[in-house]
Amino acid sequence: MTTTLSSDSVPTVATLERAAHASLFRRLLRNPTGIGSLGFLVVVVLAGAFAPLLAPHDPNKASANDILAKPGGTYLLGADGSGHDILSRLLFAIRPTIEGAALAVAVAAAIGITAGLVSGYYGKWFAGAASWVASLLMALPGIVVLLAARAVIGPSLFGTMFVFGILLSPAFYRVVHAAVAAVRQELYVDAARVAGLSDARIISRHILTVVRAPAIILAAGVAGIAIAIQAGLDFLGLGDVSRPSWGGMLTDAFTNIYTAPLQLWWPSLAIGLTCMALALLANSLRDELERSEKPKRRRRRRPAAPAAPAPAGSAAVQHEPVVPGDQPAAEPGDELLQTRALAVGYDQPDGSVTMVVHDVSLTVRRGEVHGLIGESGSGKTQTAFAIMRLLPAGGRIVAGNINVEGDDLATLSEKAMTRLRGAKIAYIPQEPMSNLDPAFTIGSQLTEPMRIVLGLSKAQAKQRALELLERVGIPDPQRTYDAYPHQVSGGMAQRVLIAGAVSCKPDLLIADEPTTALDVTVQAEVLDLLRDLQAEFGMGLLLVTHNFGVVADLCDRVSVMSAGRIVETGPVRSLFADPRHPYTKSLFAAILEDAEPRGPLVTTEAGR
Amino acid sequence: MTDRLLDIDNVEVEYPARGFRGTPFKALKGVTLDILPGETVGLVGESGSGKTTLGRAVLGLAPVTGGAIRYKGRDISHLSRAERRTLSSDIQVVFQDPYTSLNPALTIEAILTEPLTVRKVSRADASRRVRELLDQVHLPADAGDRLPREFSGGQRQRIAIARALALDPQLIVCDEPVSALDLSTQARVLALFKEIQERTGVAYLFVSHDLAVVRHLSHRVAVMYRGEIVEWGDGDQVTARPEHPYTQRLLLAAPVPDPVAQEQRRAERRRLLENQREQDAQAGAIA
Repeated sequence: MTTTLSSDSVPTVATLERAAHASLFRRLLRNPTGIGSLGFLVVVVLAGAFAPLLAPHDPNKASANDILAKPGGTYLLGADGSGHDILSRLLFAIRPTIEGAALAVAVAAAIGITAGLVSGYYGKWFAGAASWVASLLMALPGIVVLLAARAVIGPSLFGTMFVFGILLSPAFYRVVHAAVAAVRQELYVDAARVAGLSDARIISRHILTVVRAPAIILAAGVAGIAIAIQAGLDFLGLGDVSRPSWGGMLTDAFTNIYTAPLQLWWPSLAIGLTCMALALLANSLRDELERSEKPKRRRRRRPAAPAAPAPAGSAAVQHEPVVPGDQPAAEPGDELLQTRALAVGYDQPDGSVTMVVHDVSLTVRRGEVHGLIGESGSGKTQTAFAIMRLLPAGGRIVAGNINVEGDDLATLSEKAMTRLRGAKIAYIPQEPMSNLDPAFTIGSQLTEPMRIVLGLSKAQAKQRALELLERVGIPDPQRTYDAYPHQVSGGMAQRVLIAGAVSCKPDLLIADEPTTALDVTVQAEVLDLLRDLQAEFGMGLLLVTHNFGVVADLCDRVSVMSAGRIVETGPVRSLFADPRHPYTKSLFAAILEDAEPRGPLVTTEAGR
Repeated sequence: MTDRLLDIDNVEVEYPARGFRGTPFKALKGVTLDILPGETVGLVGESGSGKTTLGRAVLGLAPVTGGAIRYKGRDISHLSRAERRTLSSDIQVVFQDPYTSLNPALTIEAILTEPLTVRKVSRADASRRVRELLDQVHLPADAGDRLPREFSGGQRQRIAIARALALDPQLIVCDEPVSALDLSTQARVLALFKEIQERTGVAYLFVSHDLAVVRHLSHRVAVMYRGEIVEWGDGDQVTARPEHPYTQRLLLAAPVPDPVAQEQRRAERRRLLENQREQDAQAGAIA
């Protein structure tokens, strides 16, 4: 009944690929270098194709009267040492040049892409053998091989270009192998295997699409090299002398360099401009593929206060401490960190600003653990980064202020901010591994900040680092001190980062999902450690997390964020016992901990 | 019981050594498990415990070096690629990461018709089936024309579930399908898993590191630790009153979202660790 819908409403893979291709092509046309180089190449190809119509003379007709004729008159660009018309020879040389280059590219691509696909997809012994052969081919001196090949197969343009194509195939092999090996790890390739697709189908559907773009870029570059090499061989007189060629014309002009120096220009320009156009085309193709539009840099300015300046805190539901055992309410003068109407935005390429944090007013008191909880995209991490003034490129504090002991971090100079980080504010990241530099030992990464911030000597800093490592529960501090980050586990790396964060005795510690990347048993240990250290050093801790269990375990007060705003804030026990805001309630409803277990399978329901 | 859907019998998986003189890595050391038709078996463990490897072994994506995996009595642990393909309509998968499990260059319709193309389904039927599938996972019918990047994590996971359902499988291996999702999204996707099971009678092998998630969805639960199953049985018993010391540690390590209860759990956990350390010390003294 729905047959009428089918044929045109189902986009096939082919049309999708065409769409992707077309958009790249369209973007290329908007790129000035791209359109320029492409336009030039189109003109060259057309001139070559219609050379018999365009050329004013027979390129092989030598006229003894016109040897080295000056440009102008019958011979627009002059005549060469044998009395041939230079313009006609230039035009007639285009076709073999391009055909030769195309042959080299085709051979290189056919061998390289096939081998790259097979070795990237199947790996194993073929990958080993293929990469060995590729290395061997790359190590061969190309021009020597071409000379030897020419000696065997004679002065054939296509023969030489075929051999050159083989020599160039490793370039394609490497690029394709890398792309395929990467995409081979993708889960959607596994899913396709489980779905029962054959290898041929998986390669054509999922893998060729990834390979296409880099292969096209490479082909443009390789074509340029092939044209240059071809001209070189012809210049040496190793090409087919019976046909006009740019390299051959260069030889002729070279012999007459003193009598007619101008003649050297024409073939040189033809070779140079064509190769340059191909190289530029390859570059602009790559630029268009990798383009990530950069937002316009704008000076940070302080706009007038937000349009409707809400009284601080009015947006968020506040809790009075109603449950016994909760931390007492605010004691004025005890605030360590206080943000007021903080707003964070990202500059867009079109000049607008996308707001990710609105009107956030947050207070962390001395010695308090404050949880900032929300789902992904709620703006909790952006708030934390804004406080440290470490927002990613394009992000900036649009409005509001951040008070830490009398300083407004929103307006502080970058220099003063650098002094503050580490000394007064420290940070524990989510991914311990990516926050340690793999090139340095853990010891050197721990001691460096202490030497700069606290002014300790090398020996003192090492002493303190070892103490700290022991304090955070690392069994063999000296060994970890000497180790590189990849030699320790994720849980150990997080302990190292915690040791680093507290090393300069900060007043405020900002922890961004500090246990999310860890296993639960390790998480429990790290939470214990954070609790002990916080009590020992009397730090304020701002804990960014999405996990209500972590908040329940560690926090004194909590603020719930949603869509860039704090919707509810209060002491942990009161807020957990009696969430007021509908969003907080919906989050609590989604918690599975109190949910009924599924129970055993009722067998009468089994089967269909 | 003879009517088991899947029978995992003393399975070992060993990855070949890396490099010339490396030692091979044994990811599974003799795992035994079974799944009944229409049942959810939860598989809990920490990273590196081998739970994902077991799922991949069932799917034919990990090298089984010992034991057998029997699907309806037939050993499927050493099938050729061609034989494996015929199983695709019986065993399917939903992966953890909804961002890399869908090809970003293909439309949702192309992704969902992928499994159908193997069966030589006509275009009209395939298109109808796609709309049925989207409806089953509660996505709008026009979702088919869009690309994966236009969907949120939870919606993408729904698409992955729809792809797994395309061939009406008997068993779906779910590898941490909700751990990349937000709390509220997670609850909705889990409800969808449950609803689909109740309607179609499909069985799940549900791999997760989260005891609460597994408890919510599983009829029976297995706990893995270092390539072995340390505890296996009724879901409620394993997740609420575990007997094995490792499962006890795992349970008490997960923080409860209630400050009062969590304080108790923290104390319990400290006591348990203390006891286990003492027992270990005694065992060491005796030996």
